[in-house]
Amino acid sequence: MTKIVTINPVTRIEGHARITLHLGDDGKAEKAYFHVNEFRGFEKFCEGRLYTEMPTITPRICGICPTSHSMASAKACDAIQRIIPTDTGVLLRRLVQAAQMMSSHALSFFHLSSPDLLLGFDSDVASRNILGLAAKDPGLAVKGIRLRKLGQEVSERLTGKKIHVLGVVPGGMAFALKEDDRVALLEQLPEALETCKLALDILKRYIDANRKMVDSFAMFESPYLGTVGPDGELDFYDGVLRWVNPDGSILAEAAPSQYRDYIAERSMDFTYLKYPYFKKLGFDKGFYQVGTLGRVNAASKMSTPLAQAEFKAFRSLNSGNPVHGAFYHHYARLIEMLYCVEELRRLLENPGITGMDIQARGHRNDTEGVGHTEAPRGTLFHHYRTDDTGSLTRVNLLIATGQNNPAMNRAIFEVARQYVDGNKITEGALNRVEHAIRCYDPCLSCSTHAIGRMPIDLQLLSPDGQVLDQAVRGS
Amino acid sequence: MSKKKIATVWLGGCSGCHMSLLDIDERILEVAKLADIVKSPVVDGKECPEVDICLVEGAVCAVEHVEELLHLRSKAKVLVAFGDCAVNGNVPAMRNWVGLQACLEKAYIASETGDNVGPIPSVGVTALLGRVSPLQEHVKVDYYLPGCPPSADLIFYVVAELLNDRVPDLTQGAKLKYG
Repeated sequence: MTKIVTINPVTRIEGHARITLHLGDDGKAEKAYFHVNEFRGFEKFCEGRLYTEMPTITPRICGICPTSHSMASAKACDAIQRIIPTDTGVLLRRLVQAAQMMSSHALSFFHLSSPDLLLGFDSDVASRNILGLAAKDPGLAVKGIRLRKLGQEVSERLTGKKIHVLGVVPGGMAFALKEDDRVALLEQLPEALETCKLALDILKRYIDANRKMVDSFAMFESPYLGTVGPDGELDFYDGVLRWVNPDGSILAEAAPSQYRDYIAERSMDFTYLKYPYFKKLGFDKGFYQVGTLGRVNAASKMSTPLAQAEFKAFRSLNSGNPVHGAFYHHYARLIEMLYCVEELRRLLENPGITGMDIQARGHRNDTEGVGHTEAPRGTLFHHYRTDDTGSLTRVNLLIATGQNNPAMNRAIFEVARQYVDGNKITEGALNRVEHAIRCYDPCLSCSTHAIGRMPIDLQLLSPDGQVLDQAVRGS
Repeated sequence: MSKKKIATVWLGGCSGCHMSLLDIDERILEVAKLADIVKSPVVDGKECPEVDICLVEGAVCAVEHVEELLHLRSKAKVLVAFGDCAVNGNVPAMRNWVGLQACLEKAYIASETGDNVGPIPSVGVTALLGRVSPLQEHVKVDYYLPGCPPSADLIFYVVAELLNDRVPDLTQGAKLKYG
């Protein structure tokens, strides 16, 4: 007889989300359903708009990674205009993108995850958050807040807005970087670098002390997808798509404009978030992971020295091959965060960054365009088609978190199998299921639970709907 | 005097307003001295305690949003429409021009990358409303804080004024700003 467990975490994963577990006769999880409860309909209601409006409209898809949407959108516009952005325009785009990546990763680590690691999975839930961390270790909490702040400040200094960046336009950028802003940002990088090193230190010590748990936590192998540059180096802004097999061999490499030949999506009745998969492997076997772990596993190297050293140490955990297990998303994220700081320095020290040739001008020269970039949570695609007047006739958006949807579902299933047993729900089970989600830092995992707590209502239901056990935590 | 209580909630929107709230940076620690953030995010369908201030981001897009909003109104002394989506529907309300069904069909039936196997989701997910609406169509709103998102400075100003029992004044300078 199947029993059903409902977890109502409201973790703000793409808005509202809940989890249902179906337990078999042995009391072990048989199936896990991750319900994403939000739908807005951008792909339809943007039809009829001018394509050049999209870099301004699409950041409103997500307040955590608006810059990525603006970037993918502007790149789709570049393709429609068949123009190449100016060198300075590309440098500035890379600058705001690396800044947003750093901001988002800092949020994920300091605000969301570090309380678990530093205060403990089993510590008092009322203070297991950034404010609780501030009470215990004010210095560390403030460092994390300031790292996120620096990323937001780059966007504000360049474009006048921290959130929903302005000025990422077809052909480059609409704003130039002033010299005093460049200097002011450079001055803050040493502190940012120290904070990144501190974060890595904290995480590595945690992993060393808890290696058994870390290695078994939502452990499963999958292909990974990331964007790499000409030498196989990780690149956020541009490059080719590379899928690797679990053993690190290359599964496929493709130009982003060919994404449809490689990725298909299937809608499921239980969630508004679709299931993307690698087409040639089919729906059942084709799920892959994107985001920090996807990128760091797909890349051959990092292009900055400190991040490269960390990259090598990371990959040595599995003899140089991709590292598997949901927990390692954290590690990969911090390597990328370190890379962001180094990349910001490299960009800010490039003489071209304050150039005035910021935007190439063009007009509609093609009917369609694909724009792609790496968002904090993974590879992002915008695909537009237009009519003769430049009005959009078709819009396809393939969102980063979506591609991790099957993997998140799998992670929840693995954790549930390991920690949920029979009719009794333990606090430990709640914490671990919660953390399985948090590893993926799903979009909208967000600010709100960063300053509050993640409330969970986990119910164990009999087939006729009676509550066999219930564990409630939160507000 | 006991500490005030704040709740922040997110209905149909992008979370940008909450991110902007986080952009008050270290000042979050000052807010924490004046008030307890008792609910953030609010759990759907769960009890919200009595609060002094409730910031509500996002438009009303789903049946659950209506239920949650009515519940919050009954618990909050001051309910703030937090950002443009809450104030006027903003980007989520763009779907009102084409209709919900057309949006669902585009996403799940006629998607460019869709494999045309799966259905429109309907099990264990909230029912969506045919028409997206701003908060004041459902409840009395005490205070409107526009912006997409409102800037961190503006949010801090408004929250600090409300916590000190003053009425924030957005009419001076360039404070009142949409978009």
